[in-house]
Amino acid sequence: MDLVCPAGNLPSLKAAVDNGANSVYLGFRDETNARHFAGLNFKDQQIETGVRYAHERGVQVFVAINTYPQPDNITQWQRAVDRAAELGVDALILADLGIMEYARSNWPDLRLHLSVQGSATTSDAIDFYAEKFDIRRAVLPRVLSVRQVAALIEKCETPVEVFGFGSLCVMVEGRCYLSSYVTGQGPNTFGACSPAQFVRWTETESNLETRVNDVLIDRFGPDEHAGYPTICKGRFQVNGETGYAIEAPTSLNVLPILPELMRIGVAAIKIEGRQRSPAYVAQVTSVFRQAIDACKQNPDDFIANDAWLARLQSLSEGSQTTLGAYNRGWQ
Amino acid sequence: MSISNLPYRLSLGPLQFHWPKQVMLDFYRDIESTNVDIVYLGETVCSKRREFGYGDWMDVAERLLDSGKEVVLSTLALVEARSELGYMKRQCDNEQFMVEANDMSAVRMLGGDTAFVGGATLNIQNQDSLKVLIDQGLVRWVAPHEMSASVMTAVAANSADEIECEVFGWGRMPMAYSARCYTTRALDIPKDQCKNCCIQYENGLMLSTRDDEEFLVINGIQTMSAKTTCLAREFQSGEHGADILRINPQALGTNSIIELLDQLRNKSVNATAVTDEMAKFAPDGLCNGYWHGAPGMDYCDDAAIL
Repeated sequence: MDLVCPAGNLPSLKAAVDNGANSVYLGFRDETNARHFAGLNFKDQQIETGVRYAHERGVQVFVAINTYPQPDNITQWQRAVDRAAELGVDALILADLGIMEYARSNWPDLRLHLSVQGSATTSDAIDFYAEKFDIRRAVLPRVLSVRQVAALIEKCETPVEVFGFGSLCVMVEGRCYLSSYVTGQGPNTFGACSPAQFVRWTETESNLETRVNDVLIDRFGPDEHAGYPTICKGRFQVNGETGYAIEAPTSLNVLPILPELMRIGVAAIKIEGRQRSPAYVAQVTSVFRQAIDACKQNPDDFIANDAWLARLQSLSEGSQTTLGAYNRGWQ
Repeated sequence: MSISNLPYRLSLGPLQFHWPKQVMLDFYRDIESTNVDIVYLGETVCSKRREFGYGDWMDVAERLLDSGKEVVLSTLALVEARSELGYMKRQCDNEQFMVEANDMSAVRMLGGDTAFVGGATLNIQNQDSLKVLIDQGLVRWVAPHEMSASVMTAVAANSADEIECEVFGWGRMPMAYSARCYTTRALDIPKDQCKNCCIQYENGLMLSTRDDEEFLVINGIQTMSAKTTCLAREFQSGEHGADILRINPQALGTNSIIELLDQLRNKSVNATAVTDEMAKFAPDGLCNGYWHGAPGMDYCDDAAIL
């Protein structure tokens, strides 16, 4: 079971490589990838350096080109495919059918992965991409229980990668409009959710309010930690009750079920967080490396040790972790 | 199929909400006498909603066909369980009606040689993606709800003439799907013991901001806009290249909405009057922002940009 780690910049890439990642994934500095944030991501030259650094240490580099181009900018996505291929990366992570077709016809030897943004939750959907574009791995949306992941893997010949740690999308990726509904910019075509330029923090007499394009996402008292206003992690009123109607700020963490994921045949665990610091990437990578190694050695007696859990908890949103949809009870 | 002198056809999208069986039977019985041209049938949100079995859907489909409608069977958007794939297979294998594929699972099941409709959740955002699916049998695509008129027109302009484009023009907008059921979460009961509690919210359950703005609507595992999409002004003429305008069912007023849009395409009323009438069936306001390249929740009524 491979460990796939995020790299938002060169220092993060090195941190991931040095701490035991089997592969790192990154994106170009534009809207061709789903972490299109100011100051983040790679110029071609940096990718070249990163690829060399990783390859010298036996680590693979994947490039995410996983947003959806529109008629007037398809060539920008196609050039991204060409650039990544020319830079000698090991795989592309793609979501758009047209871009997959382009990559397959122009770079027949290039390895393709299906991005989580492709919204494939069944073996039939994955088989479609495998038969059509020869994808070699599929990243699953964060919506299936462990049992459902196991059933999918049983039927599906394409290896499967699942999310293991980090920010939790609770909606099927690739099909969530919440951000674009409020701001006009969302993950699918712009590569960002609740983009920073629409976020406003307002201090009132007793509260701190967070708004996205003027829509109130949450209101915090003096003792409360105010998190970034991702729309699905806000507090809202339903049936007269105020609370986290969709999901609380929390991070996904699969450490407690690592042996199970290994047993059912998950090919790779993905760590979310290209927008995080190199220090964060180093710590999460290191914990997961140790945990996966321990689990491989002795899956039957694996216990997620307290030190690992404490470290991951301290790196989590709202200092909370969850198994998310893997655990049926969460759903 | 072409209908003379009308700039576009009207469709009724699949029912998004969970209604009791008799309500559904009455609803579709009423649709038979409307001027809607195409009716999409099937459960697209949650497979636990079983007021209608496969046979019930097929009975309704037959009756609508007899009343002159084109009928399309819509598949589930978020597919998680093997039983859901089994049901989808049955839909895809039916030899009578075209299928609207709302997930790539259905596209594969249709096998590559069956004509199908590509639903909005397939994320067809450009002509190259559309081409891949046309090669797979697609004859009609539903523009993603977040797509603007100019992008839709550009995608359509780059595809063959016989490929039809459908646009979501009326209703609370389906915006996200999750493993989690937000209705059971709001009622604090486990999803596995839901007892179909969403059936009590015929137009979904309102989610408001802490400063009392109606923001989203919870509909089981689906999240919708609180505002109602309305593209009446935008569809005064057929110049934008869309072939079909979609209306999604709601508990009250669906027939009136169909009638108003039918009058609009017949040019027997003007768009401002129609929009004012339609707004009466949108308790939390109208939106049309996506179509104009703006945030989806916005309402653009500047005559200059329509």
